[in-house]
Amino acid sequence: MNHYESVFILNPVLSDTQVKETVKKFEDYLVSKGAEMIWKEDWGLRKLAYPIQKKKTGFYHLFEFKAPGEIISAYELEFRRDDSIMRYLTVRLDKHAIEWAEKRRKRVKSSKK
Amino acid sequence: MATIEQQAQGGNKGAVRYLTPLEIDTKVKVKYCRFKRNGIKYIDYKDPDFLMYLVNEQGKILPRRLTGTSLKYQRKVAQAIKRARHLALMPYVGDMLK
Repeated sequence: MNHYESVFILNPVLSDTQVKETVKKFEDYLVSKGAEMIWKEDWGLRKLAYPIQKKKTGFYHLFEFKAPGEIISAYELEFRRDDSIMRYLTVRLDKHAIEWAEKRRKRVKSSKK
Repeated sequence: MATIEQQAQGGNKGAVRYLTPLEIDTKVKVKYCRFKRNGIKYIDYKDPDFLMYLVNEQGKILPRRLTGTSLKYQRKVAQAIKRARHLALMPYVGDMLK
């Protein structure tokens, strides 16, 4: 099991329910393949630094999960198949990154309270 | 011989000017790696505000000779900036970013 983190950008024309459905779909996909979700984060509608598919904004979502390495390519294929995903990035976290991610989670949690 | 001595004296006079130190700031500012000094082990691509310190006005990655970053961390900086660009957190090309 490796530790991964993925960020993806959803199309801004989607409605709130559609966004939730899509996020749920990817989460369910990961869980069904034997991944363990650690953290989900919604960054909300953000301005893009440059236009993508002629859109200037997008819904950013962050997943952190533990998963066997073999499922990642299939998981990324799901991203490519879905039209509402404008960009995605999945990275494996090394030990320093895991440490940083934990700190970040605590910070986000405390700022929400 | 006399002429040579005169020349030598003249030469000395010329050299005297350079014996007084010129007012040029010759102290080299000591560069340091900010990541090593502050104990930063991981450079997060999700934090564009911080990464903005490491690019120039056009959004190009600043060289090590300007930032003083050690090679180990410069590679990580470059990787983080490229990831941030892919996710549209930072621009590939920009103008007047600062």
